Amino acid sequence: MAVSQLVGAKIHRREDPRLITGHGRYTDDLTRTGLVHLAVVRSPHAHARIKSIGVEAAKKSPGVLGVFTAQDFKDIIAGPATHPVAPVFAPDKKVNPPRYPIAREEVCYQGEPVAVVVAEQRYQAADAAQLVDVEYDPLPAVMEIEEAMKPGSPKAHTDQPDNIAWDATYVPWEATEEAFKTADVVVKQRILQRRLSPNAIESRVVMAEYDPFDKRLTMWMSTQNPHWIRLFVSGALGMGEHSVRVVSHDVGGGFGSKISPYPEDYLVPAVSKLVERPVKWTETRTEAVQNAYAGRGQIYDVEASAKKDGTLLGMRVTQLLDCGAYIGTFGAFQTCACLLAGGAYKWKAISSRSIGVLTNKITTDPYRGAGRPEATHVAERMIDLLAVELKMDPVELRRKNFPAKEEFPFTQNFGLVMDSGDYNASLDKALKLFGYDQMRREQAEARKQGKLVGIGLSTWIEICGLGPGAVTGPATGGVVLSESAQVKVHPAGGVSIYVGTHNHGQGNDTTHAQIAADALGVPIEQIDIRHGDTNEGPGFGYGTYGSRTLAVGGVAINRACAKVVEKGKKVAAHILEAAEEDIVFDQGKFHVKGAPDKSKAFGEVAFAAYGQLPAGLEQGLEAVAYFEPPNFVWPFGAHICAVEVDAETGNAQITKYVAVDDCGNIINPMIVDGQLHGGIAQSIGQALYEEMVYDQDGQLRSATFLDYTIPSMNEIPNIQLDRTITPSPTNELGVKGIGEAGTIAATAAIINAICDAVSPLGIKHVDMPATPDRLWNQIKEARK
Amino acid sequence: MIPAAFEYAKASSVDEAVKLLDRLGEDAKVLAGGHSLIPLMRLRLAQPKALVDINGIKGLDHIEVKGSKLHVGALARHVQIHSSQTVKESLPILAEVAAEVGDNQVRNMGTMGGVIAHGDAAGDYPTLALMLDADIVTNKRTIPARDFFKDIFTTALAANEIVTEVVFPVANGPHKYIKFRRRLFDWAIVGAAAQKVDGHWRVGLTNVGPTPVRAKAVEDALAKGAKPEEAAQHASDGLNPAGDLRASPEYKKHLARVLTKRAIEQAQ
Ligand SMILES: Cc1cc2nc3c(=O)[nH]c(=O)nc-3n(C[C@H](O)[C@H](O)[C@H](O)COP(=O)(O)OP(=O)(O)OC[C@H]3O[C@@H](n4cnc5c(N)ncnc54)[C@H](O)[C@@H]3O)c2cc1C
Repeated sequence: MAVSQLVGAKIHRREDPRLITGHGRYTDDLTRTGLVHLAVVRSPHAHARIKSIGVEAAKKSPGVLGVFTAQDFKDIIAGPATHPVAPVFAPDKKVNPPRYPIAREEVCYQGEPVAVVVAEQRYQAADAAQLVDVEYDPLPAVMEIEEAMKPGSPKAHTDQPDNIAWDATYVPWEATEEAFKTADVVVKQRILQRRLSPNAIESRVVMAEYDPFDKRLTMWMSTQNPHWIRLFVSGALGMGEHSVRVVSHDVGGGFGSKISPYPEDYLVPAVSKLVERPVKWTETRTEAVQNAYAGRGQIYDVEASAKKDGTLLGMRVTQLLDCGAYIGTFGAFQTCACLLAGGAYKWKAISSRSIGVLTNKITTDPYRGAGRPEATHVAERMIDLLAVELKMDPVELRRKNFPAKEEFPFTQNFGLVMDSGDYNASLDKALKLFGYDQMRREQAEARKQGKLVGIGLSTWIEICGLGPGAVTGPATGGVVLSESAQVKVHPAGGVSIYVGTHNHGQGNDTTHAQIAADALGVPIEQIDIRHGDTNEGPGFGYGTYGSRTLAVGGVAINRACAKVVEKGKKVAAHILEAAEEDIVFDQGKFHVKGAPDKSKAFGEVAFAAYGQLPAGLEQGLEAVAYFEPPNFVWPFGAHICAVEVDAETGNAQITKYVAVDDCGNIINPMIVDGQLHGGIAQSIGQALYEEMVYDQDGQLRSATFLDYTIPSMNEIPNIQLDRTITPSPTNELGVKGIGEAGTIAATAAIINAICDAVSPLGIKHVDMPATPDRLWNQIKEARK
Repeated sequence: MIPAAFEYAKASSVDEAVKLLDRLGEDAKVLAGGHSLIPLMRLRLAQPKALVDINGIKGLDHIEVKGSKLHVGALARHVQIHSSQTVKESLPILAEVAAEVGDNQVRNMGTMGGVIAHGDAAGDYPTLALMLDADIVTNKRTIPARDFFKDIFTTALAANEIVTEVVFPVANGPHKYIKFRRRLFDWAIVGAAAQKVDGHWRVGLTNVGPTPVRAKAVEDALAKGAKPEEAAQHASDGLNPAGDLRASPEYKKHLARVLTKRAIEQAQ
C-alpha cells in the first residue's frame, strides 16, 4: 500500500454497516446476570426546599430492592467533589455553589434528583418512583439572566450571597477608547443565543457492577470521555483508578452533552455497591430533554466601530452567560467567545468581559462549537451591521479586513496565534459557487416585486484541537489536553490500535485506520481501532470534543506508528543482516538502502519481532505515544445563504446554501462532508427552530419533541460543499478539525440572509430562532 | 416514557369490544392506531386501567361510495385513505389531507376513527368532517359532525361507544387544504380548508380553538360575491385561540385569514 493511498481517500465509514443494520451495541443493549434497574425521582420544582421524603409506599411496591435519598449516600459518595468546576477561562469564580449528585435540603432546578428507586424490573422502578412522596416548600425561582443579576433578585441558591458566578474582564474598556473616539461609524447591537437542548439520539445510559469480593467497579455508559469519568467516579467513591473500569463503546451522539459528569454517573455505581447487584439506569427522552446539559444561553451586548473606508477599528463585547443552577464542569469554556469575537478580521482593539450568572435551570456546558458559534455570530452580525451603515457590500468589507495569506501565523487581538489561513481563497470559491453577482441581480429584481429575499455571508474561523498545554493545563486545573494512542502489532501482523479519543458518530474508526494504514503500510482490514475502554490502551485518554480527535489524537496515532516503524527497523536490520541506519521503510516494506530487493514485508518483521533477537533488543512490536500540540489549529471558510421570507406568514425559507471550508489536509473527504452536513443542519436548527423555553416558575415548556422542534431532513435544503486546503503547520499531518465547523459557521450566514431580506422594511437585526411567529411580529411592527 | 401498568384485551368484533368496555368500566380505552393514545400513556398523561384493542376487527377499514356518500371505516388508516382511488375520485381533499398527516409511521398506523374519537383540535379530519357536514356512525347511533366535537379532546361519544365509520358527502369540485407547519411531520399550527360543494364554498379551520371551526362568515361573504381576499378577513371572526410555543393567539388569527385566502385562491 502506498503511503498516499488511504489518507485522502473517500472510503466508506467502516463502522456504518454494523451501526445501520442494528448491530451496534449501545449501553442499553448490554445486560448482566442479576441486573436490576434504577429510576430517579426528580424535583418537579425549579426551586424548593425539601420538607420530607416519604419512601415507605415505594419500598413496598412490587420488585423494589431499595429507595435511597441523600442520607443513604453520605458515606459512599464524597460530597461536592463529584462535580468539579474547571477554571477554564474564568478562573476566579465568585459564587460556585457546591453540587451533590442528589439534593440534600434544597432543589435548584427542575429535574434535580431527590431519590432513587431500584427494582427488579425497569417498569417496577418507574411505578415505585411515582409512589415516593416528596413534600416541597416552593421557593421563588430566578429564570432570566438579567433578572438574576439585579441586587435583591431571588437567589438561585438561598445559601449563596448572590447569583454572579464570575465576572471576568479580558481586556478593559479603556483599551478601545481610541478606536471608538476616532471612528466614523459605530453600531451597537444586543444579540441573543438562546438555550438549546443537545438531544443526542441515544439518551444517557449508565450500567454499573460493583464486585464486593474484588472491590472492583465496572461501568458501561454513554460518554464522550471514559477516562475522565473514571477519574471523577473513582475519586468520589474513594476507589483507586486501577479498580474502576469505564467502558463506552458505541455511543449515539454527544454534541458536548456527554463530557461532564452527571449525578447518575455516581448514583448508579453507588447503588450497585449498596445492593450488591449490577444496576442499570436508562434515561428517558423526557429526562434527556430536561436534564442534558444545555447549550448556549447567552446574551451579547456588542459595539463595533469603523472608518468611513471600511477599516475596522474597535469592538466591545459583554457576554452574559446563563450557567444554570450550578456551574458546569466545563461551563466557563463558552467564555472563549470573548477571546474570539473579532472573528476573521483585523481590529485595532477589542475589549471584552464575561459575566456568568446562576439561574434555576439545568446547567449549561459546551454544546457543539461551544463559544465559537457565538463568537462567529457576533463577529459576522457586527460586520453586516457595519456594512449597512457604511453602505458597503458585505463581501468588500470582509475582504478589506482579512489578514492576508502572507501574514500567517497571525497573532489576533487576544494574543492567540492563528496557524494558517487563506481567507480570500475560500471566499472567492464560495462566491463563484453561489453565483454571488447573479444572485444579487436577481435579488434586486425580486425586491422590485415586493419580495423579501436576502443573501447572507459567514466568513467564519474557529480555534480547535484542544490543546496546547500552556493553555489547557491551567484551564482544566492541571491536566494537559494532549492525546494518547497505543499501537500493538501482533505476531501474524494484525494491528490493534487503542486511542484515547472517542467515537460517537464522527467516523474516526475509519479515519484513524486510514492514518495507521499509511503509516504502517499494512492493509486497512488488518487494523482494528479500539476506543472507549479504560482497561485497554494507554494510562489516560482525553476524549472527543472540541474538534480535537484528528488534530491531536490522529497525530498521536501517527507518532505511535512511527515508533513501531523505528522498532521494526531494528528487527529488520537483524533479519536482513544489515546495519539499522541502512534500513529504509517504504510502502509497508523494510529494505536495505540502495537494494530494494533486499526487503522484508511488515508482517514478516512483525513475526520476527517475537522471535529470537540479538542481545539488547526486546521482543514485541508496540508503542505508546502522547501528543501535546504546540498550538491550536484554525479552520476557516465561507458560507453563503439565500433566503426568502414570506411577508404574510413570516416564514423564512432557505433557498440556496453554499459552503467552502478549509480544514487543512483531508484524511477522508466523505467524512469531512458528512460532518459539515450534520453541523449545518444543527445550525439551521438553532437559527430557525430550536429553543428551550421555560415558564416563570421554571417549568420547561419545550419538554417534548413536539415543542422542542429539531428540524428533520425534510427541512434541510440542498447544501453545496466545496473546499480549499491550507495545511496546518501545527502538526505533521497538516490537519485541522471539522467536527464543529458547521454549527460554528452557519447560524450567522442564515441570520445575515434573513436580516438582508427584511432590511427594506427598516429591520436591522433578527434574533434566533427566527420563527415565523417572531418574524411576522417584527415585520408588523416595522410596518407600523 | 414508561406507561403505568394496564390490562389488555383484543376484540374481534364491535360487539365484543363493547362488551369488554362494559366489563372493564370507565377506565378502559379503545386502542386503534395508538398514535395519539400511546404517546399520552408514555408520558403518564393518560393512565387507562385497560386497553381494548380493536385492530383485529374485520371489515372496519372499508372505503366505499354508496350513492352520494363516501363511507370511511373507523380502522381505515391514513395510508389507505391517501392512496385510495375511491377517495381520490369522490373526495380528493380527504386523500390530500391524509397524505399530510404526520410521517410514514403515523400514516401506517393512525386511523380515521382514532382521529375523530380523539377530538384533538389539531387533527385534520375533524375540520373536513365539520365543514362538509359528515356523519359519525357508532355502534349505537349516527351523530352529525356539528354535534360531535364538544371541547378540547371531548366528543359526544359515551365511554362504551365505538366509532364504526365516518360518512362524507361526495365532493370533487375545487378544493384546497393548507396546513401551516414548521416541519413536514408536524401538526398544523393553523390549517385552512376550502371545498366547493354544489356551487357553494365550504371553509374550515384547524387548531384555532378547542374544536374544529367552520368559517361560516367567510362562506357567507363568498356567497354574497366577496373576493377571496375580502371574505378571508372574516376567517378570524369570533375566534379565541389559545397560544402555544409556536404561535400567539394573535398570530393564529392572522394565519387563519392568510391561509383561508390562499386556500380559496389556490383551490382547484
Ligand atoms: C408525530 C405525530 C404526528 C401527527 N400528526 C398529525 C397530523 O398532522 N394531523 C392529524 O390529524 N393527526 C396527527 N397525528 C395523530 C395521528 O393521526 C393519530 O394516529 C390519530 O390522531 C389517532 O388515531 P389512532 O388510530 O392512532 O388512535 P389511538 O391513538 O389508538 O386512539 C386515540 C383516541 O381515540 C380513541 N379511539 C380510537 N379509535 C376509536 C374508535 N373507533 N371508537 C372510539 N374511540 C376510538 C382511543 O380510545 C383514544 O382515546 C400525529 C401523531 C403523531 C405521533
